[in-house]
Amino acid sequence: MFDDFFIRALIAGIGIAFVTGPLGCFVVWRRLSYFGDTLSHSALLGVTMAYTFDLNIAISVFLISSVIALILIQLQKKTNLPGDALLGLLAHSSLAVGLVVIGFLTFIRFDIMGLLFGDILAVTTDDLLVIWTGGALILIVLKLIWKPLLASTVNYELAEAEGLNPDRAKAIFTILMAAVIAISIKMVGLLLITGMLIIPAAMARNISDSPQKMVLFSIIGGLLSVILGLYSSLEFNTSSGPSIIAAALILFILSLFKIKQSIKLKN
Amino acid sequence: MNSNNNILVKLNNAGFRQSEKWLVEGVSLTVEKGKIVTLIGPNGSGKSTTAKIALGIYKNIEGTVEKYTTKVGYVPQKISIDWTLPIRVYDFMLLTETIEDSAIDEALSLTGVIHLKNKNLGSLSGGEFQRVLIARAISKKPELLVLDEPVQGVDYTGEIDLYKLIKKISDTLNCGILLISHDLHMVMKATDHVVCLNGHVCCSGSPIDVAKNNEYKALFGEKASQILTTYEHKHDHVHSDEGEIKKN
Repeated sequence: MFDDFFIRALIAGIGIAFVTGPLGCFVVWRRLSYFGDTLSHSALLGVTMAYTFDLNIAISVFLISSVIALILIQLQKKTNLPGDALLGLLAHSSLAVGLVVIGFLTFIRFDIMGLLFGDILAVTTDDLLVIWTGGALILIVLKLIWKPLLASTVNYELAEAEGLNPDRAKAIFTILMAAVIAISIKMVGLLLITGMLIIPAAMARNISDSPQKMVLFSIIGGLLSVILGLYSSLEFNTSSGPSIIAAALILFILSLFKIKQSIKLKN
Repeated sequence: MNSNNNILVKLNNAGFRQSEKWLVEGVSLTVEKGKIVTLIGPNGSGKSTTAKIALGIYKNIEGTVEKYTTKVGYVPQKISIDWTLPIRVYDFMLLTETIEDSAIDEALSLTGVIHLKNKNLGSLSGGEFQRVLIARAISKKPELLVLDEPVQGVDYTGEIDLYKLIKKISDTLNCGILLISHDLHMVMKATDHVVCLNGHVCCSGSPIDVAKNNEYKALFGEKASQILTTYEHKHDHVHSDEGEIKKN
């Protein structure tokens, strides 16, 4: 049944939605959407590396994104530039370097549009394996660091004082971010991965009253976006990434009506 | 040796410097089981910093901190909940440790906010939020409780009740409390040891000793000194607002 490219894309997308749901909530809570952008832009370098050395794209992207995250942490310690300037510096320079390197790799035919915006034709059976095992690992690790991560999201000092080691949780979370970008890049495209992280989570915020519910609704929103997006991508022959993100946007807009209702109820 | 086993946290000549400026330096103090140590001092005198040193929040400190417990409850001075995070009082109670529902209910009842259990944290008033913060810190039955101005924003009668509760918790749980408070009445009534800070320890000892100390008087004024000493011989007269003595 994995022979059909569309079924493969669907299974890949569902796997991705399970992971981007909970991670996206933390991206929204911890205001990391630009950090996610930086990591995903640097993923282009990872992709070129994968082609050059014939590696698995997800693994190569994961390595490069982790390195960029490490460089960012070092730069934050050693320079006085504000965080957003550093993020912008890394995001655009790594994207630029990636594109320049692609220019040199004339012996490989690149589908740049596919890289930037996702391509459902590109998902192989191997990718499914990487997405589902990688995704399961990410979720297990996230479950393990859930308490310290959530506690330090609410208040860093509280978490530190009560012995939860928030710094370690933050470092692990950074690695999970690199991992989720690595597994979603083929499907969503590197320009739109952050959208897949934050739009379902933002939608979920509008209809949730607890962190757990927000995670649950964020996953459901992601799943619906993937299914709706992929079917419309097939129907209208559009790139998979923009189709999925557009579907997520529609869900977000619908969730705004729920807010209006609850405000009315309160009054 | 026996008294040593009661020590929960001990600061030896501790200090903390941030961008070349000392926030506080040369602080030595000990918090023992069942005892309440209170930090007093003007704004910016390093009270919160000292508490954070004791809690291990600040890492690059001068001097040393010896901590003999990991069961810590902390009520920070300031905490703001971002709108992006939907969180109810109930979720907040479980933030750093998984505890039984019955313990959650008990703690929320003690601080008088059990009716807010399913409310969103962001919708609480300042005083309600402080009560939830205290409930969260005591619900995990800590050995060391660090309270940084725990009753700010609480109404006057509530303030007295909460201080009584803090005293009771110290007795029943036999936990050590490091308290930061502006309320000198409270300091006098319940505290075992007072440390008066002004960037450094300006004086310390029992409340009576501190009240009589000249440096304390210089820092807080003669009137504050009277508040403290009032309690020693308050039976034959009352004080007016201006501190004048009126015979009963």
